[in-house]
Amino acid sequence: MPKNPNVKRVLVIGSGPIVIGQAAEFDYAGTQACRSLKEEGMEVILVNSNPATIMTDGDIADKVYIEPLTAKVLEQIIIKEKPDSLLPNMGGQAGLNLGMELDESGFLAEHGVTLLGTTAKTIRKAEDRLEFKETMEKIGEPCAPSLVVENMEDGIAFARKIGYPVVLRPAYTLGGSGGGIAHNQVELEEILANGLRLSRVGQVLVERCIAGWKEIEYEVMRDGAGNCITVCNMENIDPVGVHTGDSIVVAPSQTLGDKEYQMLRSAALNIIDELEITGGCNVQFALHPTSFEYCVIEVNPRVSRSSALASKATGYPIAKVAAKIALGYTLDEIKNAITGKTYASFEPALDYCVVKIPRLPFDKFITAKRTLTTQMKATGEVMSIANNFEGALMKAIRSLEQHVDCLRSYDFSALSEEELLERMKIVDDQRIYIIAEAIRKGIDYDTIHEITMVDHWFIDKIAILTEMEAALEKGPLTVELLREAKRIEFPDNVIARLTGKSEEEIKKLRYDNGIVAAFKMVDTCAAEFAASTPYYYSVFGSETEVEEKHPKKKVLVLGSGPIRIGQGIEFDYCSVHATWAFAREGYETIIVNNNPETVSTDFDIADKLYFEPLTPEDVENIVNVEKPDGAVVQFGGQTAIKLTESLMKMGVPILGTKAEDVDAAEDRELFDRILEETEIPRAAGGTVYTAEEAKEVANRLGYPVLVRPSYVLGGQGMQIALSDQEIEEFMAVINRYEQDHPILVDKYLQGKELEVDAVCDGTDILIPGIMEHIERTGVHSGDSISVYPAPTVSEKVKETIAEYSRRLAKALHVIGLINIQFIAMGDEVYVIEVNPRSSRTVPYISKVTGIPIVDMATEVIIGKKIRELGYEPGLQPAADYFAVKMPVFSFEKIRGAEISLGPEMKSTGECLGIAKTFNEALYKAFLGAGINLPKHKQMIITVKDADKGEAIEVARRFEKLGYIIYATRSTAAALNEAGVKARKVNKIHQESPTVMDLILGHRIDLVIDTPTQGRDKNRDGFLIRRTSIETGVNCITAMDTATALVTSLENAEKQEELTLIDIASIARRGNP
Amino acid sequence: MKSFLILEDGTVFAGSHIGAQKEVISEIVFNTSMAGYPEVLTDPSYAGQAVCMTYPLIGNYGVCLEDMESRKPWPDGLIVRELSRIPSNFRCDISIQQFLEENGVPGIAGIDTRALTRILREKGTMNGMITTDENYDLKQIIPKLKAYTTGKVVERVSCEAKYEVKGLSGSGLRVALLDLGTKNNIAKSLAARGCDVTVYPAHTAAAEILADKPDGIMLSNGPGDPKECTTIIEEIRKLYESDTPIFAICLGHQLMALATGADTFKMKYGHRGGNHPVKDLVTGRVYISSQNHGYVVDMDKLDPKVAVPAFVNVNDGTNEGLSYTGKNIFTVQFHPEACPGPQDSSYLFDRFIENMRNGGYHA
Repeated sequence: MPKNPNVKRVLVIGSGPIVIGQAAEFDYAGTQACRSLKEEGMEVILVNSNPATIMTDGDIADKVYIEPLTAKVLEQIIIKEKPDSLLPNMGGQAGLNLGMELDESGFLAEHGVTLLGTTAKTIRKAEDRLEFKETMEKIGEPCAPSLVVENMEDGIAFARKIGYPVVLRPAYTLGGSGGGIAHNQVELEEILANGLRLSRVGQVLVERCIAGWKEIEYEVMRDGAGNCITVCNMENIDPVGVHTGDSIVVAPSQTLGDKEYQMLRSAALNIIDELEITGGCNVQFALHPTSFEYCVIEVNPRVSRSSALASKATGYPIAKVAAKIALGYTLDEIKNAITGKTYASFEPALDYCVVKIPRLPFDKFITAKRTLTTQMKATGEVMSIANNFEGALMKAIRSLEQHVDCLRSYDFSALSEEELLERMKIVDDQRIYIIAEAIRKGIDYDTIHEITMVDHWFIDKIAILTEMEAALEKGPLTVELLREAKRIEFPDNVIARLTGKSEEEIKKLRYDNGIVAAFKMVDTCAAEFAASTPYYYSVFGSETEVEEKHPKKKVLVLGSGPIRIGQGIEFDYCSVHATWAFAREGYETIIVNNNPETVSTDFDIADKLYFEPLTPEDVENIVNVEKPDGAVVQFGGQTAIKLTESLMKMGVPILGTKAEDVDAAEDRELFDRILEETEIPRAAGGTVYTAEEAKEVANRLGYPVLVRPSYVLGGQGMQIALSDQEIEEFMAVINRYEQDHPILVDKYLQGKELEVDAVCDGTDILIPGIMEHIERTGVHSGDSISVYPAPTVSEKVKETIAEYSRRLAKALHVIGLINIQFIAMGDEVYVIEVNPRSSRTVPYISKVTGIPIVDMATEVIIGKKIRELGYEPGLQPAADYFAVKMPVFSFEKIRGAEISLGPEMKSTGECLGIAKTFNEALYKAFLGAGINLPKHKQMIITVKDADKGEAIEVARRFEKLGYIIYATRSTAAALNEAGVKARKVNKIHQESPTVMDLILGHRIDLVIDTPTQGRDKNRDGFLIRRTSIETGVNCITAMDTATALVTSLENAEKQEELTLIDIASIARRGNP
Repeated sequence: MKSFLILEDGTVFAGSHIGAQKEVISEIVFNTSMAGYPEVLTDPSYAGQAVCMTYPLIGNYGVCLEDMESRKPWPDGLIVRELSRIPSNFRCDISIQQFLEENGVPGIAGIDTRALTRILREKGTMNGMITTDENYDLKQIIPKLKAYTTGKVVERVSCEAKYEVKGLSGSGLRVALLDLGTKNNIAKSLAARGCDVTVYPAHTAAAEILADKPDGIMLSNGPGDPKECTTIIEEIRKLYESDTPIFAICLGHQLMALATGADTFKMKYGHRGGNHPVKDLVTGRVYISSQNHGYVVDMDKLDPKVAVPAFVNVNDGTNEGLSYTGKNIFTVQFHPEACPGPQDSSYLFDRFIENMRNGGYHA
């Protein structure tokens, strides 16, 4: 079928800020779709509120709007840009919901806009629980007995009828938000109440619990002519009951015979055919472990996290093909870009095994429950490829960067058999380690299976790994044993640990006996056809397929691994842009990364892609084969920086800023010396290893002090300590893991926090702009609202910052990017920290200033000068608009997580508000973050004494906006005394109605709760904050944020219509 | 125990021995199906070949005897990357190790099956030997490998006497199935649609089949070079002339082509797997099919007065099916009976039933 000639201008909706359940995979899908549309000559108009994405670049789409994703904004954009079509299925659930809303309201029809790809009718059939169930019944595809309820009574009655446990799934939510399994009526009431509130349409599905069945997914494609194929299937090692995003997943399925495989495949095709999906779709099944009985769990009629995984697991570009299908092409007309010989109608055949492990945020939220449920908690994931399951599992474990490298990384050896059996019942991220320990203790497979419902096959594979551990420990280490250990991907350091030898000895023994990694290709066809796209994975005991071409200079770009809090999609943005810039300069580019959700691991970004763990040994294997002329580490976050030393040992030159200069910025003594030389002040401090030393430094400086490990991103483990006791507590948390580097203890200064990202060529520095944080120091920069250009600091401060930046960049011999954070107290400027590498704010500042600093940094690394690139060095003139970057959190997904802001980063993503005035930009930023107020115009204020003064001012302004203010005793007294009417509410333990009753009454817009300094030990405050988040009430924990919000709301009252700014036009303006 | 796979071109893969203890020479082919090894092993079309599974983990779910596509496994050998240590599936009867041993099939595991596949892809299908003799002598072996031919294998795999498979619901239709090495699911697919199926040995005379007055004739899949089946081709010519509705699969499809003046040729490395897209030239629809063939009908030498292409392979454009002009005959190169592989084209059995109901000349 030829391309639809009526499609010329396409509006693509992105997925907005990164939250748990909706992460980088949509940047990957959206970017691929946009490139695919442009390839077909379409004009692409893109809307996404997330500035850290690659899709929001001027070179990905023709028009780019980084605007809040609301129906109103989209309507305005449609009126302005007059697209003829809308592609809604690339932006996750958020994009799909918006597309539906515009369609249902008749707006699209009114403005002559056609929904491309899957139709609104299809989306309703797939997404609406009742319609979906009816559709499945019609075609004879079984669903678990279920009922959509809109109130508590019906839910209770139905659960009683089908029997507990029951699963609850709210309609139209992300990542299963608000869902869960209820084992009794008490649990049902709790989960159902929450789910009803979170669902966009107030519906929750109550269904028979099929926990323990095998969870199998199929990724399917269908074109407008009705041709269907499956891209691949996947089996969750964790049976039904754990959200697939939190499960360890293997592709293809391992324990299904052809009968089961084809039964479910046919069902999947049957379903998408009935739903008339055009594009990609994900179908999830529960398969009874001892019969052919199955149920359809759900269908996602769009690209998804699973489709990103399937794309990377097979090499089949689902989003790209889906975009072409949306334009009218049929599968047999779309060429498979990997082989160049086959077509998109060819089902990928894998000749390897893929394992995905979720990256869970429990290292960030140490108070949170680790339990895994149908509510997704992972922030990201890693994928690995090997020709055996054990190897793929081992590679995936060490890709996580969570201090794990084998099945012994969590030590449960002290547990008795009984304790293990008990512990095994808990479904959490450590269960696989528990299973391993159970096997070591001799607990039989049947017992393990009965408790966990993990298939025997997987248990046996885990056993093979534990047997290898034992064999290595027992010795002797023969060449044959070593060969076998490497075949199942035991890294040298683990072998060294188990055998008591050194890593060098192991490596030598390997090399002496030719036990080296070989690289195989992911080619979609199991080698049936010669492939032209070099996408590799390593295996031991095979021949390598990498073809040495010795073309030009080769550069190794190290990626940033799994998405986690503190190291997100921004670093993928940087890696991808650097790769493109190197390619433009004539380099052969090689990317190493292990994150299946990202653009960087798309097969056509670099000349070569290595899907591998980012450990020294794994990278060395690649270096041995590729022999690159250099490596860049400054774009891949801390993951890449950590590899610097190893790369140098391998003899790979580090391009850009030298490793010793990176060290100088992190090493306390060296850095102090530089500050002294450059005459730049900083907060006094010292370096320590133990709690005793830390207390000594703290007492010398005087409390409060800032305690943090060095060489980390996202302020991991960073805390403000007020007392010796807190120092002890925080040091214990930091020293849970052995620290390679000292811990820093600094005097805590409270002032305005400012930040710059700059490019330095060794001589000159270019600063695109200065960003100011709305929250005072003490809140991590990644969690602060950041404003460009800095609105409240004096020219003198700006000049000082520019001058200090210049001096620091020069003293550190920075070649490439540098990020510096400052504190301003009056006109005094102190430096907080310097990172001679890319940072979280790089994509944002590049976009809002139109200065592509990653591209520039790359060119500088290659040897060009800033002046040669057509720029005048120094601080660039400020733009004539404001850009506000707003952090976005996923607290509602993580039960038990402390939400109050502090020095340790907690946000998962961000959005941008850009406008002519600061107030409008701020309003847009809040709107983009989903804070859409006012609703009920009622709020609660409960603040610590130090904040009472500011609270009065904020409360006064809210009162003026018509808010009814509730406050706890002392806050209420302070407010009333200052003439702000506040109603006193009781504390939690007092008699009803308490503050908790108010929050649970669903009539509260906002809670302002500032916790006492340091880690809040006040259970009341914690409960109030958690309850707010879990009931969907906005909760603010810093006075500065509250001030910003009230400012934004005051503005919203006046604002009639939002102004729209095309980022792509800024990019064109910024480029000389 | 060590084992070796020695190829005609002198390549030697060292691995470990699996299955029965014997040395074999055979034609080495690869199959890209990710599941369905029991069906592959029991597909008679593999007679005279040793099959390499490109998916590296084989034996995960053991063997369920009910899934066997014929009375025994046929390949001369099985070549895998890794055999699962335990089978895990509720239907599993025996492990694959046991299955191979009990049925006298030798094999080799632990070799780089992807490297082997790449050799076969580049150089074409070739002969090879699986041996546990560590003192193998290439000078002696290679001439033997070169001299090996699969020969007449249909005789080996076909049933010895005719037998009946009763229809499940009685559509009243009677189908004669000529067993050229049939997979069980062909008869099962017809029986599931209510047909009473009589299965005839490959060398049954056309007259005998026609004398039973079947409503339709089904020519099955089977092994080997179609041109070796000279006498069968002659009988099929008679079936062609009988005006009985005919549906043929794989070898049956090739033999019908040869019987009506068309030609076949050997492909470089064939199609074996469960992921091949075939396009129905009448509707334009594409189906994913199960395939297992090393020979193909030459489309350039077709006489449109006799037969026209009905299906083509989307990837390489080779013939995947024919529609016979003025006849109620259609034939396909791929396997609508699946097992293993996708069931997308099972509708062809329905089409055959419709053709039988309409009878006569309506194609």
